[in-house]
Amino acid sequence: MLRLQDFQSKHQLQKCGIPTVLGRLAFTPDEVLEIASDLNQPVVIKAQVLSVDRNRSQGVEYAATPEEAKEKASNLFSQKVQGLDVKQVLVEPKIYLKRKVYLGITYDRALGRPVLVASNDRATVDENIPRNAPVDVIRQYIKPILGLRSYQITNIASMLELPRHLWEPFRNLTHGLYTCYTESDALLAELNPLVVTHKDELIALDATLVIDDNALYRQPELALMQEPTDHKFANEEGLNYVKLDGQIGCMVNGTGLAMTTMDMIIQHGNGSIRPANYLDIGDGATADRVAEGLQLILKDADVKSILINIFGGLTRCDEVANGIIKVCSEKVPTQPIVVRLQGTNAPQGLDILRNATIPNLFTARHLPEAVLVAIQKVMVNE
Amino acid sequence: MAILTHPHMRVLVQGMTGHEGSFHTRQMIDFGTNIVGGVTPGKGGEWISGKPVFDSVIAAIEATEANTSVIFVPPEHASDAIYEAIDAGIDLIVCITEGIPVQDTMRLYDYLKQSNSRLLGPNCPGILTPSGISIGIIPGYITKKGTIGVASRSSTLTYEMIYHLSENGLGQSTCVGIGGDPIIGTSFVDVLEMFENDPDTEKILLIGEIGGRAEIDAASYIKAHMTKPVAAFIAGKSAPISERMGYAGAIIEQGHGTAEEKIMALAQAGVRIANNPDHLVELLR
Repeated sequence: MLRLQDFQSKHQLQKCGIPTVLGRLAFTPDEVLEIASDLNQPVVIKAQVLSVDRNRSQGVEYAATPEEAKEKASNLFSQKVQGLDVKQVLVEPKIYLKRKVYLGITYDRALGRPVLVASNDRATVDENIPRNAPVDVIRQYIKPILGLRSYQITNIASMLELPRHLWEPFRNLTHGLYTCYTESDALLAELNPLVVTHKDELIALDATLVIDDNALYRQPELALMQEPTDHKFANEEGLNYVKLDGQIGCMVNGTGLAMTTMDMIIQHGNGSIRPANYLDIGDGATADRVAEGLQLILKDADVKSILINIFGGLTRCDEVANGIIKVCSEKVPTQPIVVRLQGTNAPQGLDILRNATIPNLFTARHLPEAVLVAIQKVMVNE
Repeated sequence: MAILTHPHMRVLVQGMTGHEGSFHTRQMIDFGTNIVGGVTPGKGGEWISGKPVFDSVIAAIEATEANTSVIFVPPEHASDAIYEAIDAGIDLIVCITEGIPVQDTMRLYDYLKQSNSRLLGPNCPGILTPSGISIGIIPGYITKKGTIGVASRSSTLTYEMIYHLSENGLGQSTCVGIGGDPIIGTSFVDVLEMFENDPDTEKILLIGEIGGRAEIDAASYIKAHMTKPVAAFIAGKSAPISERMGYAGAIIEQGHGTAEEKIMALAQAGVRIANNPDHLVELLR
């Protein structure tokens, strides 16, 4: 999932005709001073951090004068917002508003179609609400072949009790939101909040777009906005690496099997021995991709033993074995490696490993056995 | 009997000339599947593993009377391949391809529901009936004839569990991978209903994982309609809670999609929950 920053999302939405406050990005307090002076009116300064559950009141400051804006920006830059460093802030003119609503489009897995969700509930707009909280929510399901129909938007406007003179702009804006949702291959497009200003205009104050990774090949402009984060990255080779807090480095193919392998390490490790990381090599990995993955795991200083669990399907075990050999023949790793190969070309893979006679490399036939050996190797090493 | 498969299946491989397509065509034929031909636009006239390749599904049907299709086409072209199969009147379409954008799947799903075709997947390992029909990529040698119906969302984890069952003498009636994508053509509930009505299936294994609410819906169905015993394994008990998709996502999903929520719902429906592969064997014996 590619989650766009507030300013990036609003930029996309504006292209679809949705009125937003665009603001300007600043990287230092002096830049904030300059922007606030240019605007020549009270401003709002928003920290641009990509936290998963963004509490919208955090990292947001208001300032009446450019000097006050600079001072408050200095504070923002020196603190962490939800554990993340603030590297950039967005400076926008302050909007005086009469009312806030929530408007978002996502998809319903079970029905297999997009759903437009709206709410007047203050809890929705202001707070970081728990998922199961009872709130007053309006939904309209959309048939993708038909698209969003105007009557559905009228239904929402009416149920939100928006004043009738705003129905026309609300209709245009909501059509724009759906266009943006489909054309940017979004999984989520939300305006939170959409506000009615004191001048009776509808404006999106804050917005979130989450883009489907699988569609980035046809969204080149959005693909450029992707930035790797510290704990997780998916590189071009199709490797999916996650850093964890234990001692066993794990290489597995497929998400379900990877999660099961980790669950079993934790179950048998009695709380003291846990996975140090996990690397999902995906489907049909080549020897080079496996070698690259193993290098990545070996770079992690926390790793005391390595568990490689591959159940071949599209992935061929001989390729995996060749990848392991490639790394170990360059430099024999100090940590013990436990390899379990099963499925497509497993006998060939095991032969390759046996013939290479790598010290400190162990093979296991079954997953439970492999997990226990990997745990035991950590205990011996400690 | 078994489910989703029958002796009169005539299977077409869309994307037959590709790396995966040609490899798995051979595997499926060796397992006993009646592969009648393949489709790769622009490569009509070629032969793969002794089977003819056609330029279009319609041409392939005219020549071979195919009624089933398995798709190995890359994600950019996979939805087009599915539309083509629907329009040609294929009964069962199995889409192995991973990585089709959700927006494409939603349009496709809408179209599919107005047709007579059934879609399994996308992003699934396919179906295998151990008596000799494999439509997809489940390794044949790990399976064994028997009476356990297997329904799963993942691929390699499914192989792991089937392998473990077979090693311990527990054979399968049919193994079905429904697919790991958020929107799929055939749900757990659809497959559970088929297993419930299948005389060859005595017990059912459901393999789920964190995210979404497919297992919760399955639990409601099992509680209300199923008489056969069901055991389940849910992967991801130790995984961190997934990123939530804004407020709209929270409302629509109703819950975090954690392993605990799913295990609780299934247990309340009378499903026996396995902690690991060995425990699963005990529960199904």
